[in-house]
Amino acid sequence: MIEITMPRLSDTMEEGTIVAWHKKPGDTVSVGEILVDIETDKAMMEYEAYEAGMLAEILVPEGGVVSIGTPIARLDNGQASAPAPSAAPGADETSAAPPVSPARTETAAVLSVAPLESEEDAERRIASPLVRKLAREHSLDLRQVRGSGPGGRIIRADLDDLLAAAEVDGPRGPAMPLASGPLLDAKRGSKEIPFTNVRRVIARRLGESARTIPHFYVTAVADAEQLVQLRTSLNEQLLATGRAKVSLNDLLIRACALALREHPLVNASYVNDASSTMLIHERINVGIAVASTNGLVVPVILDADQKTVSQLGVEARQLATLAGSKGISLDQMSGGTFTISNLGMFGVEEFTAIINPPEGAILAVGTTRREPVGVGDEIVLRHRMRYTLSADHRIIDGALAAEFLQTLTKLIESPLSLIV
Amino acid sequence: MTLMSYRQALHDTLRSEMLRDENVFLIGEEIGVFEGSYKITAGLLEEFGEKRVRDTPIAEEGFTGAAIGAAMLGLRPVVEIMTINFSLLAIDQIVNHAAKIYGMFGGQAKVPMVIRTPGGGGQQLGATHSQNIELYYAFVPGLKVVAPSTPADAKALLIAAIRDDDPVIFLENLALYNTKGEVPDHDTPAVIGQAAVTREGHHLTLIGYSRMAHVAKKIADQLADHEGLDIEVIDLRSLRPLDRQTIVESVKKTHAAVILEDDWLTYGIGAEVAASISDGAFDYLDAPVRRVAMAEVPMPYSKSLESAALPSENDVIQAIYQTLDAIGHRRTKTGPHD
Repeated sequence: MIEITMPRLSDTMEEGTIVAWHKKPGDTVSVGEILVDIETDKAMMEYEAYEAGMLAEILVPEGGVVSIGTPIARLDNGQASAPAPSAAPGADETSAAPPVSPARTETAAVLSVAPLESEEDAERRIASPLVRKLAREHSLDLRQVRGSGPGGRIIRADLDDLLAAAEVDGPRGPAMPLASGPLLDAKRGSKEIPFTNVRRVIARRLGESARTIPHFYVTAVADAEQLVQLRTSLNEQLLATGRAKVSLNDLLIRACALALREHPLVNASYVNDASSTMLIHERINVGIAVASTNGLVVPVILDADQKTVSQLGVEARQLATLAGSKGISLDQMSGGTFTISNLGMFGVEEFTAIINPPEGAILAVGTTRREPVGVGDEIVLRHRMRYTLSADHRIIDGALAAEFLQTLTKLIESPLSLIV
Repeated sequence: MTLMSYRQALHDTLRSEMLRDENVFLIGEEIGVFEGSYKITAGLLEEFGEKRVRDTPIAEEGFTGAAIGAAMLGLRPVVEIMTINFSLLAIDQIVNHAAKIYGMFGGQAKVPMVIRTPGGGGQQLGATHSQNIELYYAFVPGLKVVAPSTPADAKALLIAAIRDDDPVIFLENLALYNTKGEVPDHDTPAVIGQAAVTREGHHLTLIGYSRMAHVAKKIADQLADHEGLDIEVIDLRSLRPLDRQTIVESVKKTHAAVILEDDWLTYGIGAEVAASISDGAFDYLDAPVRRVAMAEVPMPYSKSLESAALPSENDVIQAIYQTLDAIGHRRTKTGPHD
């Protein structure tokens, strides 16, 4: 038995409406047959069956609205079957179902994950010739565009926003008010370096973020004395047992994940101006900004709040290594709900970061160093760490940002809570 | 300018060209004493005599061949084939002789001949008398094929055809004979191979010729009034040579096209136009090119079936809506009925 879930039909889709079922329970379904019409906020799309079998049960009736990943139907593929659904839709399919095998059910559940657009599909989106020409001329990334034409075809009207943005960016526009005189001239001794794909994505996404998201910044400082001591003693034990060391950053990931669990409204996304809702993410997926040879990449640690510090350390290093060698997949860089950018290793005292959309906040972390501070009536040297939260003011207010930082600071200053 | 029918424009032009050049003569079935099955040649036998208006036996291959011979020797015959269906009996003369002689004789002989012939269904004339087979001739290098849709073009293109040194198939249409329009009083020939933009617009390009150019213009005007749509209409006027440039320029502007034709869809004139758009304006298309054509059946005699087989105005409007929907136009349009 295969569970068919609400597919993710575009990058920004969050939920879909079942418009019409083309099959009814008991109908046989072959691969590629149209199963259901699904409407997203912009387009109606026909959704094809990826597996053959018999439609056993429709879980979401026509008109129903459910979020991505919600099961919408069950397909009997003859290999395994789940326990009979609450109301048996018909006698024949129950009798046709082979005996239940729990192991197989588990496999089926894995298969049932909504098929994500493969990288290749994303490269070759259906687009009208006019759209392809405009995309070439304006260096637009069609993977970011949702097609509202028949079958999801990207049509000229879908480029309105991107074209407007491209005009604002204006690197190709004839008039560039910011620059005086030509950019590429002998006086500057300039030469052209072609954009890599990563560079282009950075330019576009962060440009859009800085332009459209009302950022505000809250800075806090933590006494990291205990954190440094904890790391030292942890690493002594880890070394003794032949395991990998943990870094301050690994401890910080853990601290952020726990702080996010306490303040779920920070683990959130603004959808768009037309949306009447914002999104709160139940999973805490922390992105780590990594400087790769190609530019900034942000691999994501899924469910960071469910992992121990040493697990986080192992995973963060694996992802950073992959990112450095360009062997990191799009999948490993998507799904983040919060990002940490740490420039401490460069000795940076403090800085502010630009939010990585569609996330709601990013933490910019400076170096941990010894500073003279007043403790009681004495001035002593203590390890101190500064960090600045950049937050999207459309969904996060100053007080919430301050409370989040307060929690984070408390966790850093009482670090035993990070490892219990 | 004078308001007159398509039929009258043809008649008057034949007469004035016969007055202008004594080498111009008419030949065909029932064109003299009977004054033509559709009365285009009314009064001309009386005025010009039997030498210039030749009634013939019912023998299309024979009189077409005779006209070719006369043209090779310096006359300018205007052949009337009663309907384009009967030209099939003369197709060897037209395709293997009229079209080939100039080239095969190395330019030493030419065939300055016009074959006037009406096409068009919708008159309950049955499957063999209701065809639109101008495609057969538009296919052949060595021929020119023109298809006027208005009285003014009937005049200007007929003048051009008679004065042209190549054999020209001059396509008329039964449904157009009684349509009226302003016709210039001067005798300026049209340029064969030049389409006309009969309505400017920027939402979509609607392309037709002969009767369907007429239909296209009418529907575009209707949709402008009722839906606020701004559709550009192209009347091809000439099928060979085909004015690809005008088509391509228009589609570059509108980004979408619907092609209308009275003949069958498969392998039709519309297919050639669509291919021209793909060649010349691929990067400007925002939606697939659509064609509206006749049902793929021999034309039925029954009135209701005949009407169903022919492309209807509703078919055209639906094709336009589908194309505009595909480019998201109607979603953003704020016309009075949206």
